[in-house]
Amino acid sequence: MMRNMKYIVDRGIRVVLLISALASICIVFLILLFTVREGLPAFQEIGLTDFLLGDVWRPGAEQYGILAMILGSICVTVGAIILGVPFALGGAVFLAEVAPTWVRSLVRPAVELLAGIPSVVYGLFGMVVLVPLVRQIPVPGNAGFGLLAASIVLAVMVLPTITSIAEDAIRAVPREYKEGSLALGATHWQTIVGVILPAARSGIIAAVILGVGRALGETMAMIMVIGNSVVMPKPLNDNPLTIALRAVRTLTGNIAVEIRYATGLQENAIFATGVVLFVLIMLVNSTARLVMRERIKKT
Amino acid sequence: MSPDTMAVQKKTLLAAEESSTVKQRTITRRQRANIARRHLVEKVAFGFLWLTGLIAIAVLLIVAAYVIVQGAKVINLDFLITRPRGGLSAEGGISTTILTTLYVVLLTVGIATPLGVFAAIYLVEYAGEMQGRTGLLPRLVSVARFGVETLAGVPSIIFGLFGYAIFVSAKGLGFGFSLLSGSLACACLILPVIIRASEEALRAVPRSYREGSLALGATQWQTVWGVVLPAAAPGIITGIVLSVGRVVSETAVFYVTLGGTHHLPTSVMQGGRTMAMHLYYLATETRAFDKAMGTGAVLVVTIVLINLMINYVSRRVTAGLNGR
Repeated sequence: MMRNMKYIVDRGIRVVLLISALASICIVFLILLFTVREGLPAFQEIGLTDFLLGDVWRPGAEQYGILAMILGSICVTVGAIILGVPFALGGAVFLAEVAPTWVRSLVRPAVELLAGIPSVVYGLFGMVVLVPLVRQIPVPGNAGFGLLAASIVLAVMVLPTITSIAEDAIRAVPREYKEGSLALGATHWQTIVGVILPAARSGIIAAVILGVGRALGETMAMIMVIGNSVVMPKPLNDNPLTIALRAVRTLTGNIAVEIRYATGLQENAIFATGVVLFVLIMLVNSTARLVMRERIKKT
Repeated sequence: MSPDTMAVQKKTLLAAEESSTVKQRTITRRQRANIARRHLVEKVAFGFLWLTGLIAIAVLLIVAAYVIVQGAKVINLDFLITRPRGGLSAEGGISTTILTTLYVVLLTVGIATPLGVFAAIYLVEYAGEMQGRTGLLPRLVSVARFGVETLAGVPSIIFGLFGYAIFVSAKGLGFGFSLLSGSLACACLILPVIIRASEEALRAVPRSYREGSLALGATQWQTVWGVVLPAAAPGIITGIVLSVGRVVSETAVFYVTLGGTHHLPTSVMQGGRTMAMHLYYLATETRAFDKAMGTGAVLVVTIVLINLMINYVSRRVTAGLNGR
């Protein structure tokens, strides 16, 4: 009898554990269900093309187009990748191959720590230090808040993510590759460029793509420094570089700024923005996952 | 052989030797130049790597150091124990926001921990035997894994939006802007963090522990509860502390689910304002940058302390597993 009880308990617990394991897929399902359900009326009433390709967002006039926000998110992400990736990858190669052990043992925890600092702190730093600096650039209409300041803040924020994932990828290259190259008389640098980096390529690409995903999803720091005006990202004057000084709004910012006050169709449009963001990020993340899986298959 | 031919032979041999050493010397010279060039290239390249590495670290450290140094100017005991005046005023301290952060951390982690640890136990201890098999259960397991992976990549504002729709809004459960809504939404966000850390900790427990326990006649659950979990506990705790850090620094989710009143909530059905939210309001609405820096410094120090704790615990994990 006792023994039976023991096995019944064992079975019961098994079921409870299975239900817990399924909780996360249920949450993913619920997120999809609720955002799509709330966003669907917007897609229906505004029309998919008008919603995605309209560049006017004027809730007062019932005009809801999010093209400016889509482009804003893409521009700031591209800016952050251009500014951040060279340092992130340089840092990753440095930590994995060049740095002496004592430097690495100090720097690696520091990088991990900085990945955990709240995004509002980075946003505050941007508002207090970067925005006044950017405002010094003498271009009419330059308020300091805009793509440049936001890209710099975002570049700093994705730096730890990309560095640590890329470093892991470089470290995962089998020792024999490196030893073989060195034994053939190549210098350490030649080995890094000719053997180690090509072997770690897919992991490094995945690190950058995951960085893109993080950048697209960043919210609070972006609201604080990007200006939030719903304008197409285009240059301020004839010089195409002044696009960097344009104040724009990201998809994430659009959600955070308006959701608490929105009602009716505007609320639906905000949820539809969320659906677009979700789809965009899922695309980016599954690309990263595909690239990673390819690497696992190869080795 | 005549001595003559021997002499000739000796001469040709010598000549051959000489010419070969000459040849060798020219090759060596060229090689040496090549080697020198390659080493120069390497020196320059490594110089650049040191530079980028140091710049990357310097930039990150400057941000943290700037906030702490600027923030230290306004931090004193008064700042920590007075209530914020609220509204558009920057007067007062941050006492209620510290307490609200603490409440939210306890609630969120309290909700997510059991769920996350149970899920990890199932995925490691029970689902392992199903690899390569077909049927309903193995398919459910792979769906569950996919869920964890997907959830880990969802940006926090989407959790906020979802939390707003399902918990806050009257069209959902209608909890309003409250600690409960915020914590439930944020629990979804940290769930994958806890699951992954716990999975890793459980996998690190040697197989022989389980075999020993099963051989003594324990059921699988008795083995997990009595043997595997205690051995994995430090690793699981590391994951929980990690997620505490995530909750402390999370802003977007709470911004759309917690309301933002500066009053101290007296029940889980009331809204509140965490430190990170307070920083945001001070910086963007009040434009009180000095107080915002003070709040930021408290946040950064909190995160540093949490990280030190993680390092301490994980060092004990490795020591413990090696010691046994």
